[in-house]
Amino acid sequence: MMKKPAFTRFAYGLALVLMFALGSLAEQTGMLEELFSYREDVVYLVGQHIELVLISGSLAILIGVPLGTVLSRPRFARLAETAMQTLNIGTTIPTLAILALSMSLLGIGMLPAVFGLCIASLLPIVRNTYTGLLEVPAHLKEAASGIGMTPLQMLFRVELPNALFVIFAGIRTALAINVGTVPLAFLIGGGGLGELIFTGIDLDEPFMMLAGAIPTAVLAIIVDILIALLAFLIVPKGVNPLRA
Amino acid sequence: MIRIDNLTKIFETPNGPVTAADHINMEVPEGEICVLLGPSGCGKTTTLKMINRIIPSTSGRIYINGEDTTGMDTVELRRNIGYVIQQIGLFPNMTIEENIAIVPKLLGWEASRYKARAKELLDLVALDPGTFLKRYPRELSGGQQQRIGVARALAADPPVMLMDEPFGAIDPINREVIQDEFMKMQQELRKTIMFVSHDIDEAVKMADRIAIFRDGRLVQYDTPDDLLAHPKDDFVESFVGDDRALKRLRLVQVKQVMEPVTTVRPEDSLSTALQRIEQQGYSHAILMVNERQQPIGYVSRSVAQTTSGLCGEHYFGLKTEASPEDDLRKVASLMFTHDTTWLPCTDANGTLVGQVTQRGITHYLGATYHPDALGTLPRQLHKVSA
Repeated sequence: MMKKPAFTRFAYGLALVLMFALGSLAEQTGMLEELFSYREDVVYLVGQHIELVLISGSLAILIGVPLGTVLSRPRFARLAETAMQTLNIGTTIPTLAILALSMSLLGIGMLPAVFGLCIASLLPIVRNTYTGLLEVPAHLKEAASGIGMTPLQMLFRVELPNALFVIFAGIRTALAINVGTVPLAFLIGGGGLGELIFTGIDLDEPFMMLAGAIPTAVLAIIVDILIALLAFLIVPKGVNPLRA
Repeated sequence: MIRIDNLTKIFETPNGPVTAADHINMEVPEGEICVLLGPSGCGKTTTLKMINRIIPSTSGRIYINGEDTTGMDTVELRRNIGYVIQQIGLFPNMTIEENIAIVPKLLGWEASRYKARAKELLDLVALDPGTFLKRYPRELSGGQQQRIGVARALAADPPVMLMDEPFGAIDPINREVIQDEFMKMQQELRKTIMFVSHDIDEAVKMADRIAIFRDGRLVQYDTPDDLLAHPKDDFVESFVGDDRALKRLRLVQVKQVMEPVTTVRPEDSLSTALQRIEQQGYSHAILMVNERQQPIGYVSRSVAQTTSGLCGEHYFGLKTEASPEDDLRKVASLMFTHDTTWLPCTDANGTLVGQVTQRGITHYLGATYHPDALGTLPRQLHKVSA
């Protein structure tokens, strides 16, 4: 136990030194300058990128959580089996194929991109909401109904809070998929940082490609950290493994 | 008061209907604990859970305090019944305070009122409010959790409580402690309680009445003493166990079998002691007390016969004594430990109030099996009343 913090500190130090070395190397070779020449494009496209993630992600959460909740109710038990099977098959379809299908349905532009992204990130949310709610121990539900909670009170006061950590895990996976798929939205006219990446590849301009790829990667990391932070804050302390 | 009238539950299974509870009739008087007892699958839990409709009944009626519950709203009904389950079922997402206050909250109490209530209940179950109110269930031990479970059930002060093997998952040592605490609480609260158990010892300890179930039928419904003394059939007899007479020891207090006792003082002579021993027919010894009637020792018969002098010079120290409130199980255990057949009984001040003898105990326990034997009991037994 005593050795670990020392080691971590060492690793952090090493990483800092490495980053500094890489940064000065980039400066020396004029790479930074090249990258900064795309600044205006990057700022505009990052905005578009974030817009796509926000709209499609929130839509997926707004649809996925209620859908998973409804499917977990006992009266939909039979329907839920089929629905979950369908969703599971849905997960195996590559995201690029989903975008292509959505384009053939809705044409090109932002709308089919949002639709496709939403569909692609819907599955983990529904699945985790559904299993999370089903995994709430039976005796908690018995205690809840035994002391006189209505089904709705039971859902909001007992079931959802206890499933929240699992639901958040689903949202985190979903948004990771979402952020990773957004560059592909460029292919169906949805905009975003994909524009720099794909154009850069096509024109054999590595710096243009990097100007798209680096912000994409940074965005993915930021979104992941944000969701983790939200989970830490929102999931009740008593059922939050992060706050044990 | 809980009254159950022809309560029946038939489960439809792929192998045909199964009757889990078959025309159960029983009544639990106000303020009493009724333990439903039987092997697994006998219908005791089904019967309990039909009262708050966790399991809907097939037919029959349930009356609580004289009121037919059939027409009542399920949620309303349940909020007026305390419910404790074996798995405890504290909500892990809520603090202890929120867990206890949940029913008052559902009933629309004001925050200040239910917070005060939570504190009061924690005191009642012997947990420090300052330490526990803001904790989460996972930070508590099993025994502490079940105390909270009981507190939660008591929160809205329901007249009736249902408990489904509430202490079944707690280790034996803590279980005894919690049972004792619960009994103490019940003496003040006087709730009408229905309690499922599979443990005959727990039932004998806690119950005012015991209902024995078998294959969905209520076989015998009696006070613990009657049940142990007069099992109705072979099934009940084997269920209560071969040592059922010993189990009755726990149900009898010393004061019920206490006999008056003749004593000597240290300044009496040994011949006086011998004379009194002969008079009273004591077989071995006579008790010696000081001027405040506190037992200090005994003079043995053989010493009194062979020696002369004062009692105060030739006595043996006492090994142990009993209090009138002790149960006979403790007394029997003391007798075995100290290899003696009698114990002096003293009150809280240490003053002698009587004695308890092995013969007195066996007579008392045996009397119920031979109604005519009551006449042949040592007369003193009847003279002493609580």
